[in-house]
Amino acid sequence: MTITEKILARASGRDRVSPGDVVFAKVNKVMLHDVSGPGVMTVFNELEKKGRKIDRLWDPNSVWVAEDHFVPAVDKLAAQNIVLVQNFVKKFGISKHFKYGLGQYGICHTLSHEEALVLPGEVYVGGDSHTNTTGAVGAFATGMGHTDVAYVLLNGKIWFKVPETILFKIEGKISDYIMAKDIILNIIADHGTDVGNYKAMQFTGSAIRRMSMDERFTLTNMTTEAGAKNGIIEPDQTTIDYIKERTNEPFTPLVGDEDAKYADVFTYDVEKMEPVVAKPFSPANRAAVRELGNVPIDKAYIGSCTGAKYTDLLEAAKILKGKKVKVRTEILPAAQSIYMRALKEGLINIFLEAGVVVGPPTCGACCGAHMGVLAKDEVCVSTTNRNFPGRMGHVESKTYLASPKVVAASAVTGKITDPRDVR
Amino acid sequence: MSLLRGIVHKYEKDNIDTDVIIPGPYLKIMDPDELAKHAMEGLDKDFVTKVKQGDFMVAGENFGCGSSREHAPIALKHAGITAVLALSFARIFYRNSVDGAHLLPIEVDREAYQNISDKDELKIDIEKGEVRNLTKNKIYKMKPFPELIKKIIDAGGLLNYTP
Repeated sequence: MTITEKILARASGRDRVSPGDVVFAKVNKVMLHDVSGPGVMTVFNELEKKGRKIDRLWDPNSVWVAEDHFVPAVDKLAAQNIVLVQNFVKKFGISKHFKYGLGQYGICHTLSHEEALVLPGEVYVGGDSHTNTTGAVGAFATGMGHTDVAYVLLNGKIWFKVPETILFKIEGKISDYIMAKDIILNIIADHGTDVGNYKAMQFTGSAIRRMSMDERFTLTNMTTEAGAKNGIIEPDQTTIDYIKERTNEPFTPLVGDEDAKYADVFTYDVEKMEPVVAKPFSPANRAAVRELGNVPIDKAYIGSCTGAKYTDLLEAAKILKGKKVKVRTEILPAAQSIYMRALKEGLINIFLEAGVVVGPPTCGACCGAHMGVLAKDEVCVSTTNRNFPGRMGHVESKTYLASPKVVAASAVTGKITDPRDVR
Repeated sequence: MSLLRGIVHKYEKDNIDTDVIIPGPYLKIMDPDELAKHAMEGLDKDFVTKVKQGDFMVAGENFGCGSSREHAPIALKHAGITAVLALSFARIFYRNSVDGAHLLPIEVDREAYQNISDKDELKIDIEKGEVRNLTKNKIYKMKPFPELIKKIIDAGGLLNYTP
């Protein structure tokens, strides 16, 4: 069995499962935020209208809540949703509530690893599609809608069709101008935005073994853009060290068997990889930066669960140090803990000196909700994960997806730029 | 739920994503009728005025890709759509549609997809697994729902289903 199959077998109390089997698996952790949370509440309200009394969750200690999409509150409706979330947390005695303006908070998928809320070998369901991110710790992590999250909150389990696994072997030494973002954009472009539909996408190989956890999260994060049910990386010493630095909770990691069966195996040699972007309006619309021609930009954006982790900020700072940006540039660390570390290590200072606006953690502009959306015809180069029409603002704005290095280099020149071409 | 009849709104496109079905800024809205006013806003501004209760959408591969927002099938349902016929569905959209009992995600083959035109009138018989094109006088097979999916649909959603 693959790691995904082994986790689902263990969680459903079976010796083994095969792709296509439908199982009801026990869920270890569940997440909701200020969009899926109010959705869950409408489901609960409907049930109560039908006469079902809901006064407790299956296990409030396995639930955690983020405020990320519409914080700082955009308007009265968003503010009201935050109040709803807060009341929900109180009513059901949920202890892990990462509240905006009260210590550690941030984008849900970033908190999931920063706070080690999900452990290797666990089953994790989140009310957000990029829940896949957390699979990089060796967990089965998948996103669902609010009906499914409500079901998990009440029952502690949910149905899954065991997915086939596609294995991506990432081999070779990663050059210092390449990031995990380039690798995943190449994979999505080569295989399409539905290659992972109903499947698990697993990453392995010598380049993965040398890769930091932050970079691994970029790969699993964007398995969502390939349609995958989950993204996953088998835990190794890097994983174990990362988790143990953050929690004392015990866990039992799993890895796949030697003779595990994969639906497909694709091998990538990263040595010759070039920095790339995904042009509008699809994450699969790849172009090498140096072959792109002259693409002037209006905005450079470093933010989101994909591209505002500590490593993302560090790599951007290396390029921005001692320089001035030529276009409006915004950097929003993905969690308060990352913001504080960046502050202590002088990165925030580098950004401010370069002329960048540094903002609070929020999903905000990534989903075109607030905190710097794009006007008609504006062009943005962004470390985020989606560039569908209207994703980051006006339906006629354009977003190029890129690594933090490409975005920082582009901020300095005012057009989309290969990091090797910034002196 | 087993017999449906309505008019087709066809979008001959693959990868119709949740950002065009219901754009991000509206995710703070929970009132389904309010959401419905913005359904498909990213692709077709006239969608909401064209659709009547009971109508269908027809689209290409990977319909509903992108975010896990259940607002997407909810907005379509409350705009009047009872079923989406597509070559394939993104998995979360499919799951949300069924588990939340919002609409029926029906997979059809390429022949049916190409044959059905915008504004055709269809009659869908779930029990028979049949889509009848009343305008063109044709019958297409729909891909049958997997066993569990069928049971959840019959129960009226996951929260009404007992395993």
